[in-house]
Amino acid sequence: MATVKFDEATRLYPGNDKPSVDRLNIDIEDGEFLVLVGPSGCGKSTSLRMLAGLEEVNAGKIWIGDRDVTNLSPKDRDVAMVFQNYALYPHMTVADNMGFALKIAGVDKGEIRKRVEEAAKILDLEQYLERKPKALSGGQRQRVAMGRAIVRSPQVFLMDEPLSNLDAKLRVQTRTQIASLQRRLGVTTVYVTHDQVEAMTMGDRVAVLKDGLLMQCDTPRHMYDHPNNVFVAGFIGSPAMNLLDVDVTDGGVQVGGSKIPVERARLDSSSGKQVTLGVRPEDLELTSEGQGIPVTVDVVEELGADAYIYGSTNAKQHADFDESGAEVPERPFIARVDGRRPPAKGETVYLAPKSGHVHLFDAGSGQRLGD
Amino acid sequence: MALNITASRPDPALLDLPWELPLETWPEEHLAALPRGISRHVVRFVKLSGRVLAVKEIKADIAAREYQMLRVLNRIEVPCVEPFGVVSGRVDVNGNPLDACLITRHLQFSLPYRALFSQSLRVGTSTRLIDALAVLLVRLHLTGFWWGDVSLSNTLFRRDAGAFAAYLVDAETGELHQALTDGQREHDLDIARVNIAGELMDLEAGGFLEAGTDAIDTSNRIVTRYTELWNELTGLERFEKGDRWRVDERIRRLNELGFDVDELAISTDFDGTHIAIQPKVVDAGHHSRRLLRLTGLDVEENQARRLLNDLDSYRAGTDRQNDDEEIVAHDWLARIYEPITRTVPRDLAGKLAPAELFHEVLEHRWYMSERAGHDIPIEDAIRDYVATVLPSKPDEATVVGVDTVEMPVVAMFDDH
Repeated sequence: MATVKFDEATRLYPGNDKPSVDRLNIDIEDGEFLVLVGPSGCGKSTSLRMLAGLEEVNAGKIWIGDRDVTNLSPKDRDVAMVFQNYALYPHMTVADNMGFALKIAGVDKGEIRKRVEEAAKILDLEQYLERKPKALSGGQRQRVAMGRAIVRSPQVFLMDEPLSNLDAKLRVQTRTQIASLQRRLGVTTVYVTHDQVEAMTMGDRVAVLKDGLLMQCDTPRHMYDHPNNVFVAGFIGSPAMNLLDVDVTDGGVQVGGSKIPVERARLDSSSGKQVTLGVRPEDLELTSEGQGIPVTVDVVEELGADAYIYGSTNAKQHADFDESGAEVPERPFIARVDGRRPPAKGETVYLAPKSGHVHLFDAGSGQRLGD
Repeated sequence: MALNITASRPDPALLDLPWELPLETWPEEHLAALPRGISRHVVRFVKLSGRVLAVKEIKADIAAREYQMLRVLNRIEVPCVEPFGVVSGRVDVNGNPLDACLITRHLQFSLPYRALFSQSLRVGTSTRLIDALAVLLVRLHLTGFWWGDVSLSNTLFRRDAGAFAAYLVDAETGELHQALTDGQREHDLDIARVNIAGELMDLEAGGFLEAGTDAIDTSNRIVTRYTELWNELTGLERFEKGDRWRVDERIRRLNELGFDVDELAISTDFDGTHIAIQPKVVDAGHHSRRLLRLTGLDVEENQARRLLNDLDSYRAGTDRQNDDEEIVAHDWLARIYEPITRTVPRDLAGKLAPAELFHEVLEHRWYMSERAGHDIPIEDAIRDYVATVLPSKPDEATVVGVDTVEMPVVAMFDDH
């Protein structure tokens, strides 16, 4: 087990003028589950591969524990890419399927047996060790494959979108299991996904990347409550945060028909007369006509206790980007309302942010204003 | 959802296949043979308009990606299976969605490694397979293709004048880059080594591995063979100015390995006493291209080498060294190669590809001549070969499976 450190790590592909990963700094704790997330082309896979030794590091360094691994070959780094190349061999026992890679590495028989038994215990496979894979259920076979990586007892597990070939239901099931297995093993793990829900539910910490730059690296809770910038604010959370470009007024900001008071200190650092206001769907409440933000309801999604309304507003929405980085001009304004008395489709409602639940971002730089 | 078929040359007969059934339960009447190979996915071979196709059930986005990847690899002439199409939007009779299917053409006269090991083996089969895989891996890496799942299972083998030629079958994990880093190449090589060792240990556990073969030693051979070939094809060589013959020598060595040099970088150091050469663009298929140009025959590299040697002997034997090479080649084709390969009765034609048969007949003639103590005409050799050797060979035109198991991906903890 070990810590991992990206120290100004940079990857510039030949022929490109912009780095794919630009001076990345992340300190990963021993035993931590860190998830790299972001839209496609953000550099998350490249970062993982730099750590694995598959991509060159053109500037900066990468450390595993106190070893500088920047220029080491992949097999000398003591990391394991999990789920990458897994096959089960029908004529070999479960124990041999789990331990054969150690045999290749020249580990002695007694040690192999010991490690296989330890892994089998964690994976709940102890009573199957002498069976052939054919006699196992599908789930048990998957765990045997996982066992192949575990017995190597690497310092770091690396996983690159390991659930991408599973359907939605199995993905939810398996992500919980991977996270709990990682916690039992306590092995430092770096996990790449494009799915922010997967990132938020699995990671001890989540690192959001965009265009090769680290946007924020934080615990899921803190990231949700305190997004550092407008990109993270819009990317993390489902349904997404509403983002509006609003005018700064004396002592606050003007949102539709209402003035929301904001401490002067928070606005002082703003660079212009406008700021971007962010408010999550669950942080809005209905207010009286003429107040707050007028929203015409297009869709009502009833979930029982709650309902989500998806509507349009004449308030100026902040330009948004989809997964491929393309601009999405019109995004619905989303609010969570009481599920027992939801507004009707076509109705216009007035919504105001709950006090203390407003996020503000600089309209120019997109950086968070205030705490 | 409507059934959606993507194919470069769609065959309407595709619509007659039972797409509403999970691939696993397709009725036998559609299948060319029972499945198999070690696979994470369900794979079946089907008969369609006189062809054999391999159908693999996977998620639609992965199927589409692999289909495109195989098309690109075919275009840049990497030896791999030919993609036929993708069928997506499948639903069962109750309207539940089914995974998409990637369809590839079955490669004629190709053999899965397990089929080779279940036959009575010539000594050294495993090493010859690994040599072929090393050549394939080097060729893929030269084009910037990172495989990600190198194994004997993901490769098909064609006989090649006693050796083998390897074809990529599974490009699911593959990525095409501008050029590969050393780390990417090493990682592929490490995956190859571990997978091959696992596959050979499995054959050993099943009692199929030839006696005296060590799984680990044999798997290490992929690293040494790959490295030798990679260094020869890409390495920088320095020598003194006077040793300029070494330029020709390097090109000759590469030709001997079956590669043409399309671009060679030559530089001198500042005082001009030393010369450095490094191949920049090399192209596999030196002999097969030459044979194709001379005769129109499209065969594997070693077969081409063998046929070219025979063509050379024919030229010497008929005293036509001064004649135009193309004309002599045309005569050799019409008078030697075609009559010999056509001698095979129709019912034995599925045993071996014609070029491999020709190679075998040349071998056979050599042994007959040795026994007789004088030259045997090739016409006598083919008669004897067809009568005594060929009937006992297995049919290899469409070998699609042997008895192994399929291990599809499912939930990791489904039984909890």
